[in-house]
Parts: sequence; C-alpha cells; structure tokens
Amino acid sequence: MSKYFQEEIECASREQIGKWQDERLVKTVHRMYDNVPYYKNLMDKKGVKPEDITSRKDLYKLPFLTKDDLREAYPYGLKAAPLEECVRIQSTSGTTGKRVVAFYTENDIDMWEKCCARAIVAAGGTKEDVVQVCYGYGLFTGGLGLHGGSHKVGSLTLPMSSGNTERQMQFMCDLEATILCCTPSYAEFLGETLEETGLLDKVKLKAGIFGAEAWTQEMRQNIEKKLGIKAYDIYGLTEIAGPGVSYECEAQNGLHINEDNFIAEIIDPETGEVLPEGSKGELVFTCITKEAFPLIRYRTKDICILNTEPCTCGRTTLRMTKPLGRSDDMLIVKGVNVFPSQIETVLLNQGYPANYQLIVTRENHMDAIEVQVEMTAEMFSDSVTEITERENAIINELKGMLGIYAKVTLVGPKTITRSEGKAKRVIDHRNLYN
Amino acid sequence: MTAKQISVFLENKPGSLAKFTEVLDQNKIDMHALSVADTPDFGIVRMIVDDSALTATILKEAGYVLSITPVLAVEIPNVPGGLNKVLQILKTKAINVAYTYAFTSKKVGSAYMVFRVPDNDAATKVLAEEGVKVICQKELLDL
Repeated sequence: MSKYFQEEIECASREQIGKWQDERLVKTVHRMYDNVPYYKNLMDKKGVKPEDITSRKDLYKLPFLTKDDLREAYPYGLKAAPLEECVRIQSTSGTTGKRVVAFYTENDIDMWEKCCARAIVAAGGTKEDVVQVCYGYGLFTGGLGLHGGSHKVGSLTLPMSSGNTERQMQFMCDLEATILCCTPSYAEFLGETLEETGLLDKVKLKAGIFGAEAWTQEMRQNIEKKLGIKAYDIYGLTEIAGPGVSYECEAQNGLHINEDNFIAEIIDPETGEVLPEGSKGELVFTCITKEAFPLIRYRTKDICILNTEPCTCGRTTLRMTKPLGRSDDMLIVKGVNVFPSQIETVLLNQGYPANYQLIVTRENHMDAIEVQVEMTAEMFSDSVTEITERENAIINELKGMLGIYAKVTLVGPKTITRSEGKAKRVIDHRNLYN
Repeated sequence: MTAKQISVFLENKPGSLAKFTEVLDQNKIDMHALSVADTPDFGIVRMIVDDSALTATILKEAGYVLSITPVLAVEIPNVPGGLNKVLQILKTKAINVAYTYAFTSKKVGSAYMVFRVPDNDAATKVLAEEGVKVICQKELLDL
C-alpha cells in the first residue's frame, strides 16, 4: 500500500516539475491563442504573442481571466477543443444570472479524477476502502469529481449525492464506510445526528475529505473528535477543474497543489502585480494540461499564501494555505457560491428596486440564508395573497439563480442598515476564517 | 359606489402598530373603519378615513408604503343572518371575497361590512338587485 497515488509525479524533483510546467504552459498558450478568439483578443490587446511565452518566467505577461470573462464568453466562447472531443460540462454559479460552464474532454476528466485520486490516497485511501461521496452529483463538481477519484483508486464507491441524512447514516453504518467526502458543515451535522440517534459507535470511518466551503481549525477538531477520524481539506473550483486542484496530506499543513496540471501565482488583487514568494494575496491558476477549458491566469479571488518548503509527507509540490478570505464579495452557503449581485438581478428582474440585505447564519451546522427585501410601492398590495404571491415569485427565482432555498422577509422601507448612505448588503454571522 | 380604503404595510414587530397610530394621532386622523391582517413577517392595516388623499400624503412622508383601493361598503341589518344574506347573494354569482371586515356607526339597528371583491361594479349591481344597500365614501363619512 503506497501513500501516494502517483509517486513519480507527487514526489518529483522541483526541477522536473518546473520542466513540465514550462513545456505545458507553452503548449497551452498556443492552444488558447489558436482556438479561442476571445483569449487571442485579450493577448493581442496586451501585445503578447504566443512566441513571447517560453517558460513560467513569462507567465506575468499574459492577460488575466476572471468570472466576468466567463460570463462574457458564455457559453462556448472559451472552449478550446472541438465539440467532437468534449464529453462533459460541469457548472457553477456566476456573479449574475448566467452560470459558469466548464468543458471537459476525456483526457480532462481523466486528469481531474487522478487529482481527486491523489487526494483520496493522501487521506489514506486504498482499494480496500469504502468511500461515501455525499457531495451533490450533477453540475456541481463535488460529487462526480470525488466519485471518479474513488474509482481510480479502486475503492468501493457509494454515490450517495447530498441530502437524505437518514439514508447516509444507514449506508455509512451498514456498509462500513471508511472515508467520507462532503462539505465540512455537513460532516459536523452528520456527526451530531449520528450521536443523537445512538449510531456513533457503529461508524467505521477513518478519514474525511472535506471541501467546497471555508472551515476553521476549530471545526476540524470538532469533526475529528466526534467522528473519530482524520479530517483532510480539499480545494478546487469548477473553472479550473473541480475539487482536487489541491489537497491535504497527513501533515495537515497546507494543501498540495497538483502542479503538473496547474501553475499557481499570488498577485496583489488591487494592481494585479505578482507578489514575491510567501506573500499573502489573491490566488491565480493557469491550467497547463487541459484541452477543453484551459483557463490561463484565472483569478480565483481566494486570498492565500503559497509555501515552497518541502513537506514532511515526501511530496514536493507547492502548498497553499486554506483560503484566508476573499477579494470579492462572494459567499459560500451550503457549499454553493452566492454573489450579492445575484440577489440584485432577481429583484430587478421582478421589477423591484434592489433594496435588500443578505443575512447568513449557521445553526446546528446548517447554513441558512435570509434575504430581507424592503417593501416598495411596486410590491405592495392591499391583499396578503397578492403580496405572498410576489414574495414566492422572488423565492422561486432566487432558488433558480442560487440553487439553494433562501428565506425572503419583507421589511419596512428604509429599515436596512445603512452606513454613510450605503446599504450594508451582507451580514455573515458565521465565523469561517481563522 | 365605493369607499376608499387605505392599505399600509407594517412590519410584524412589537411597537410597529403603536408607532403607526402615533402618526395618525399627531395628525388628527379619524378612522371610520379599521382592520389589520397579519402574516409571520408583516401586517397590512386597512382603514377608511375622512380625507384619504391627505392621509396618504402624511403617511408617505412618514415613510410608509401604502395603496388606496376602492372597496365595497355595505349596510346590513344588525340581526342574526344579516351578513349571511349578503354572502349568499355573492355566492350565487360566484363572486370571490378576498377579505372583509365590519364597522359600526351611531345608527341603531345597522351594521356595516367592507368587502374586497374583484369587480366592484358587478358586485354592486348584484347586491342592489337583491335590495342590499351599498354606500359610497360620502355616505360612509356622514354616518
């Protein structure tokens, strides 16, 4: 039993990793320039030609991509492989109505699943293990990513998807699941529910791979103690691949970036300037092996620090800290990305002014989101039925836009907290960043 | 033949109604009829006052969201079965009542009901045919 899934890559020399990165970057830049007019335009505007990029040292010359570009180029504008080679999409929420759609070729899926397999093996996973995947299956990358990774490892995979806690607990106990994959808040919730129902001593878990949302060291300790497991962090985003862009090893001291596939940079979110090693700043990824959707210098908006020191686990890859915050106003609620601008879009679509406030809470390890909307003449009626219908129309469109239920509360005009005339749009009562 | 109802949005919170009546009091606004509908989050005050236009202006200035809606005000004999008679007529014609509330006057033997129906003219006609008296805003204020 190896502690690595692909030792020759995970423990390759720094020199070898650099060599891979240089070669693959050059190839990817050509692929994007030749196949993606949208990115060619950005490069032309910056006066950069593919020939100008000969190694990682030239990376800074390339234009950034952001979620705004993804919206602009929606749906096919950033696809770099012909349709006949693409076999899958995955999707995540955009900043407004349009979702982000990412494409995968057969090779892309294989690469992504291997990244997830590395994470599972790093968490102690083997062919003998029973891996319970309770991330959502479907457009969300969590479920299918870990599912594919578990197959690659050869573990028995339980494709549970999210929800239905009773069934999760039944399968976990009856099939003696050993590795749990879900959001950390759901792991906390499962732990408590197992305890309440007296099933905790039937649990055979040894490890958990938790991601898709920020979690604190305190949450990690709680989960580890309650479930009697070691809890590993996993990081990723749909735009780059999905979970498995980076993952924790037994040292639990930073997430190893799969550098044979992704080049990481830290930039100043204000100026876009690349920051020296060890600086705290915005994490930027360049995909160097993908075929269908190889984003270059994609700004994640996650704030973190990169660590080049060798890890005690033997892996040589660069490690990133857990995200320490965001450089934009994105929230993660129930593992789903939520942008305040999405709420604004819904209200404007319904013909109301965007006077709202988002209140996020976590009670009993479950996130809840409440949207307070100031009552206006357009929304008001003398009939409770009519107001309720309008309220439900907002709730339904929000559900469609966000993918999760948000409670809507109609409040009096001018009651939303304003500071210096500007309304405070988000109140997050969860304390997610250490 | 309708009365003007002012409907006002209030939050369902302690003191919210008191704050509202304080505004009415300060501006010497007299209510002839009043009802409050409640939901878990909010309430709607429905009332009929002397000067609807002036009241609306005062309330808007005080920051309230409101609407003025024409509603049916009906005089019925203050006896058992009085209301039932009116509702039976509306039922026969399949006229839906969204909400209704009662008010009284100094006039002995009469009670008054406000009805919110989809079509005031149609309902007025049907009621008049059956001898039910629908009163207008002016008549209501003179009571």
